[in-house]
Amino acid sequence: MSGLRVLSAGPQVTVQDLGRPGWIAEGLSRGGAMDVDALHEGAALLRQDAGLAALEMAGTGGTFVAEGDLRIALTGAPMRARIDGAAVSWAASHDLPDGARLEIGPAEAGLYGYLHLGGGVDVAPVLGGRGAHLAAGLGAPLARGDVVPAGSEDGPTGLKLTPEARFSGGTIRVAPSLQTAFFPEETRTRFEQTAFAKDPRSNRHGARLAFEGEGFGVEGGLSVVSEVIVPGDIQITGDGVPYVLMAESQTTGGYPRIGTVIPPDLPRVAQAAPGVALSFRFVTLEEARTAVAAHRELLAGLRGRVAPLVRDPADIPDLLSYTLVGGVTAGDEL
Amino acid sequence: MTERFPRIDAVGTEGLLVRFADRLSEPANRAALAYRAAFAAEAPDGVSETATSLVSAYLRLSHDADPERVEAAARQLLETRDWTEAPLPAGRRHWRVPTLYGTDRAPQLAEAAEAAGLDAETAVAELSAARLRVTTIGFAPGQPYLGTLSEAWDIPRRSELAQVPAAALVVAVRQLVLFAVGSPTGWRHVGQTGLRLFRPEAETPFVLRPGDEVSFPAVDEARFAEVEAAEDGGADWEDIA
Repeated sequence: MSGLRVLSAGPQVTVQDLGRPGWIAEGLSRGGAMDVDALHEGAALLRQDAGLAALEMAGTGGTFVAEGDLRIALTGAPMRARIDGAAVSWAASHDLPDGARLEIGPAEAGLYGYLHLGGGVDVAPVLGGRGAHLAAGLGAPLARGDVVPAGSEDGPTGLKLTPEARFSGGTIRVAPSLQTAFFPEETRTRFEQTAFAKDPRSNRHGARLAFEGEGFGVEGGLSVVSEVIVPGDIQITGDGVPYVLMAESQTTGGYPRIGTVIPPDLPRVAQAAPGVALSFRFVTLEEARTAVAAHRELLAGLRGRVAPLVRDPADIPDLLSYTLVGGVTAGDEL
Repeated sequence: MTERFPRIDAVGTEGLLVRFADRLSEPANRAALAYRAAFAAEAPDGVSETATSLVSAYLRLSHDADPERVEAAARQLLETRDWTEAPLPAGRRHWRVPTLYGTDRAPQLAEAAEAAGLDAETAVAELSAARLRVTTIGFAPGQPYLGTLSEAWDIPRRSELAQVPAAALVVAVRQLVLFAVGSPTGWRHVGQTGLRLFRPEAETPFVLRPGDEVSFPAVDEARFAEVEAAEDGGADWEDIA
């Protein structure tokens, strides 16, 4: 079986897919990739299903060697990547022949990069998913010596796309949720006007928000009844600090939530590196649902936006054998 | 803010919540469990997953769902009966879980007892004698919320989070929670057990079920050292007739 041998790995390289739906009643949150859009982009670049598992690389990647001929795609936070020493494009798919060495360095923007394999990462599913759910104790980060098995498959490489901008924070849309009305209007307005930054104490469970000034606590907030949590919920802990719950959130919780980040904007929260500026703007539930539908269409249309990767002539050793000029015209029809 | 119950509200863009109360009560908990079971049995279009919290049932919408139609179906089922009169789920069990209270293994016993207005000895006697019901499984995989303790234990969560290990017994707002995995929490860590609640490799990955009853008899440090390494941390169970 073909696969990818790990020579070295960053501190948190994990297998991730679209998560494990269906276990909320048992207390197990869905988990899955922090940047779900990246899974769809990888699937478009390799012309395969978005439900296949990939490697999620937090902050930095690692060094890998192909065992067997592989196809790969690189998506999410752009990182420096080389195949046998030659730089290769991000947001693109490439061949990784048997024995080729793949090096992936730190993120240049954003936080989570993704390494997709043709046929997907073929580890055995547990409770309906292949990904690591670190908070639940399922799976673990990759380490030196691990071999990541690739599914059997056949398909194209040499494709690229321009990803949706989501690697440098910005304004995040928030829908009202169960306890929004619990917060006085003054607090909600101040929340919208506050310049937040992603706190370094953030992970797959949640994103803590750093800010200056008064907190966002609410009277009686420490005694509310525990209720269901969905990824994106912004809980206010007892010290008044907002915390956006992410892929590995708990399934229920008692801290009041001021609102919920709409699903299309969650990758932007995930991809904000420590210190990157974030702000929040309330939208109505109707506006949120419209945005969700538009985003779903955008993901469905990704395959149509994939284009051939044009190589840099300097990287092509046998340049003279190529037909460089053909079909010369006056250019009127362009 | 005065709200009438039961009520149905949106949970962000992806779900609906049918709530039977805004505070924990035994009838509202039974209502939530029974309503969710009935809804799941009917399996109307547009819902991909259901779950309960303490006093509510959550309906997660599928991608192609019409939220208004799902809400209408949920309301129709809601109006078929008084759900607070529904019986508890069948197949319930009583678990006894040996527990080491206090010591450096459960360092917030003294603080919790003080918040409840009790001395530590009385606090341990009360917690040790209480037979509580699993009101919901949530927060972490297989993790039970257990209610309801006496009024004295209506103590708030701490404002600062502290890390507790797996199988920690913690208290707040008249409830106990037994942690399935290590986690930060604002609940106070009063006891330590050896019961492993989440076993992803097992045929039954989740040990406890809503409706089960659990008691936490106190054991001393020597006895705890014996049971902690044993299967199920020395816990045993029997069917509730």
